[in-house]
Amino acid sequence: MRVPLSWLREYVELPAGTTGRDVQAKLISAGLEVETVEQLGAGLQGPLVVGEVLTIEELEGFKKPIRFCTVDVGKANGTGEPQEIVCGARNFAVGDKVVVILPGGVLPGDFRISARKTYGRVSHGMICSARELGMGEDHDGIVVLPPEHEAGTDAIALLELVDEVLDIAVTPDRGYCLSLRGVARETAIAYGLPLSDPALIDVPGPNPDGHPVRIDDPTGCDRFTARTVTGVNHEARSPIWLQRRLQKVGMRPISLAVDITNYVMFEVGQPLHAYDRSRLNGPITVRRAQPGEKLTTLDGAERVLDGEDLVIADDSGPIGLAGVMGGAHTEIADSGPDSGTSEIVIEAAHFAPVPIARTARRHKLASEASRRFERGTDPQATSAAAQRAVDLLVLLAGGTAEPGVTEVVLPYAPRTVAMAADHPDRVAGTTYGRETVVRRLQEIGCDVYGSDELIVTVPSWRPDLGAPNDLAEEVIRLQGYENLPSTLPRPRPGRGLTATQRLRRRVGRALAGAGYVEAPCYPFVSAADFDRLGLGADDPRRRLVLLANPLDDTEPGLRTTLLPGLLATLRRNHGRGAQDVALFETGLVFHPTDGATAPERLPVDRRPTDEEIEALKAALPEQPQHAAAVLSGARERDGWWGKGRPATWADAVEAGRTVAREAGVELIVRPAQYAPFHPGRCAAYTATAADGTQVPVGYAGELHPRVVAALGLPERTCAMEVDLDVIERVGGGRVTGPHVSTFPVATQDVALVVDAAVPAADVEAALRDGAGELLESLRLFDIFTGEQIGEGRKSLAYALRFRAPDRTLTAEDASAAREAAVAAAAARTGAVLRS
Amino acid sequence: MSAPNKSYDPVEVEALQPEQVERMRDEALAAIAAAADLDALTHVKTAHAGGTSPLALANREIGALPPQAKAEAGKRVGQARGAVNQALAARQAELEAERDARVLVEEAVDVTLPYDRVPAGARHPLTTLSNRIEDIFVAMGYEVAEGPEVEAEWFNFDALNISVDNPVRSEQDTLFVAAADGSQDSGLVLRTHTSGVQIRSLLERELPVYVIAPGRVYRSDELDATHTPVFNQVELLAVDEGLTMADLKGTLDHMVVSLFGEGMTTRLRPNHFPFTEPSAEMDMLCYVCRGESVGNPDRPCRTCSSEGWIELGGCGMVNPKVLVACGVDPQKYSGFAFGFGIERMLMFRHNVEDMRDIVEGDVRFTLPFGMEI
Repeated sequence: MRVPLSWLREYVELPAGTTGRDVQAKLISAGLEVETVEQLGAGLQGPLVVGEVLTIEELEGFKKPIRFCTVDVGKANGTGEPQEIVCGARNFAVGDKVVVILPGGVLPGDFRISARKTYGRVSHGMICSARELGMGEDHDGIVVLPPEHEAGTDAIALLELVDEVLDIAVTPDRGYCLSLRGVARETAIAYGLPLSDPALIDVPGPNPDGHPVRIDDPTGCDRFTARTVTGVNHEARSPIWLQRRLQKVGMRPISLAVDITNYVMFEVGQPLHAYDRSRLNGPITVRRAQPGEKLTTLDGAERVLDGEDLVIADDSGPIGLAGVMGGAHTEIADSGPDSGTSEIVIEAAHFAPVPIARTARRHKLASEASRRFERGTDPQATSAAAQRAVDLLVLLAGGTAEPGVTEVVLPYAPRTVAMAADHPDRVAGTTYGRETVVRRLQEIGCDVYGSDELIVTVPSWRPDLGAPNDLAEEVIRLQGYENLPSTLPRPRPGRGLTATQRLRRRVGRALAGAGYVEAPCYPFVSAADFDRLGLGADDPRRRLVLLANPLDDTEPGLRTTLLPGLLATLRRNHGRGAQDVALFETGLVFHPTDGATAPERLPVDRRPTDEEIEALKAALPEQPQHAAAVLSGARERDGWWGKGRPATWADAVEAGRTVAREAGVELIVRPAQYAPFHPGRCAAYTATAADGTQVPVGYAGELHPRVVAALGLPERTCAMEVDLDVIERVGGGRVTGPHVSTFPVATQDVALVVDAAVPAADVEAALRDGAGELLESLRLFDIFTGEQIGEGRKSLAYALRFRAPDRTLTAEDASAAREAAVAAAAARTGAVLRS
Repeated sequence: MSAPNKSYDPVEVEALQPEQVERMRDEALAAIAAAADLDALTHVKTAHAGGTSPLALANREIGALPPQAKAEAGKRVGQARGAVNQALAARQAELEAERDARVLVEEAVDVTLPYDRVPAGARHPLTTLSNRIEDIFVAMGYEVAEGPEVEAEWFNFDALNISVDNPVRSEQDTLFVAAADGSQDSGLVLRTHTSGVQIRSLLERELPVYVIAPGRVYRSDELDATHTPVFNQVELLAVDEGLTMADLKGTLDHMVVSLFGEGMTTRLRPNHFPFTEPSAEMDMLCYVCRGESVGNPDRPCRTCSSEGWIELGGCGMVNPKVLVACGVDPQKYSGFAFGFGIERMLMFRHNVEDMRDIVEGDVRFTLPFGMEI
């Protein structure tokens, strides 16, 4: 809402010298978000005067038509002689009144005017357009003034070019501030000054002689005032003051009748509509549209109406979308084949916010009217607003007010709220006292009765006030939020972070400590992402939770794996020149729940039952927390210390172990074939649950070369992804403090030859099982392949350390344990001791 | 060397003559002083202090002396040996120091060499800043509450007094999960704030409730220098008997002092949210200029555009309608809540100029933030 300070002063007698910035500060403190104070005409300097065009000479031979004019500027140029001015506009004729800036003047934007040679003539000044004067964006031509203004008159004052305009972002609860009336009320309270309410005017009582109106839908409309003005001069134009006020609030002047309805809307906050009475067929009716009915609105669009749309209709059908936009057929015209409109019916109605909001949204048609009805207008203001429009039509358009006054008023009871007098104190945490509370409520227009328990009747323009806290807010904001004390509550002791939260932080630290950089990615994916990852047609990861209105139609789904986002981020880093990139992310993935249906709409006037809550939660997709990492380039760089080494599948597999270790989980790694991984370089992780079962945890390895190519990734890019929820579930067992034996260790090495295809993990597991309790640790320290071992075979060399808790082991003890280990490996994996 | 002395005549034991002992000692000391390196010293040690050195041999002769002569001879030889051993140790230390000085110089390296063998990792500042804020409130007794990102509309909107007709529930603002028929009537959305977690907390926890709800949220917005459709919030909810707006203000003040240092404070401005009543916009004092740039064109402040205050987010007293929807008696309990965006705070706390830098995952952005913030 734009509020010109000059207009505001009409309702509040602000102290002389009060600036827009002063008012801004006061209103901000009272809770109105005054975003800017625009300084109109800043830097403007005269002489800027009304001129009368005396002669026009068309200059030929230039790229565009140019006029050389002489203009009577009265005594403003000191001589009274006609002023010679070159002008590029064409929307004026000899005899027109225009706005002239003379040499020495300065237009807004530090545009200094001097006599200068142009198009072969000397131009002594300039004829101005609206934009040059800072009056609006209109630059189609120069300003042509009504003829009654005398040449030489100061145009700065005439056009009210110097002003300040407050721009206020009005919150949805304060619809009344979408009017000068409302902002003036807040200003008056803030300054402690009286308000002259523009809606407090005498209005004639209703009678049966007005234009007939019928309300068929009382839930959508509870009040309708109709007034008629005849004998309107359709050639009359809006006076400058009216045009200027509309321009300052951001409206384009259109025609006198339309300008008047807009003016009253900005003044009082009541949207009006003007109908050409000659085009109305029978009584005006407020009803819901028949589904499929059609209406061409003022903007020229033909709209197919919905059964919920509230319409204004006459016997011919809908003639307007109630509270949103009028119809083209009954539009008032200031000219045209049937000549202009001379008889006008003014509508001032009160519509319910919800149907107006829905219609505006349904037809994507937000208007100044709908903005106000959506937020709630003052139902008591319709007659006064209609009267204001009638008065202005009579005054400015030479019309005659018909005596008929239609007022359809449904039963209306003002809203009352009961509130303890100390309720604002208890909400604020300070003491205002009853007297202050009552005074503040009265200032905003409430009637207040009672002593300890107040009965508060809220004003008709404040539909937002319906509960004690609403009233408390009014008191607290007027007393100043800045005056609230600062105290601290004493929560009962908390239990700190949960195990899950601590685990997630540890995982982040561990991966970052291992050289990975955290990169949270957007979770939006497409089917094409999965094609590039080489997922099979029936891969469960292709079953997506889809969005109805995705940000990007090509990415309508929510991720089922973190890899598409991380790989895209890796590619971006690589594309920007990073060579060695290691990234990780922890975040949710989304899996549709089988058979889930839309949850029922639960009530809000009570706690839902536990069953209702459970049903609501059951409708949600599964959203497990995953951790993933991707890496490419060098894991260790070359340098003065020697050769580095590239990031490999082994680093990716280890990243999974790094995550699991933070949860105290030992992952079991098995070879696997799983997209998007290289079929020979992919590991599946499982872990052992408390009940002994093996649960899948995730995958890691090198990406499939086709995936690397399809995604444009660096060669041999590797990745890992695990389900953090599963890891947390199987882990977290309390560690039992080990008994530390101080007896000496006995070490034994073995080299075992197995088929190349036998996983080392199997050999190791067999060795451990076979070695028994004396085995303290086991470590694979070498792998050897070659002719001595034989084609398709490999030799695995293990260091075994044995120790007993209670004695020094003999050589025989250690050898026996080693032999048992080797025997187990031989039995389970076909291993033979390397000779 | 000498046969057992049977005569018991001290004068007959030549090696124990004082002059002899002194000579042996002086020869030893001269040899020690002359030893040029540790190897030479080892030889000197064997020759003059070893088991077969003249002084050691002389010492053996003492036993052959008559008892009355033993003491004096013993003293004489003992003193001589002591002097030799002392000189040996001193020379040994001297020579070792010389050797160390030489060898360690030879072993010197260039310690300024870079060692970026393993590339460094880092946590994202959004995570660490969120953690930091959580920790401030955990220290006060709050617990960290979490919820799903795909959320039921009832939790995200209805229970928060955001009616069906509120414009934020349109596809302009909210990302809806598609129903089976592709429409947006699934009753599910990508949560637009973490306020749904507040509702869940009120439904699931025992009163009083003091929780902080960090997390990722979604709006139907374009990514540009100041907006991202996927962002992070921290929200707080306190519901207890007798909580006031003054408590809200104090809690906010405590938070900004914890995050930005002593002397920081907040300012509340009236605003409107369906889920709080009264509602407020919260600003914090500009931590850079502390308000001194206001009306002071000589000292403009880029952080707050010389406004003196930085907009943080929204807050207010929990609307009693919200309490009712969660089965909390608004006659007995009151509460306060606030929420703000982590991205925004990251931007003004760390002078980040472009939102895209936060979002895009470029390691050059993230690495300097390290492990904590």
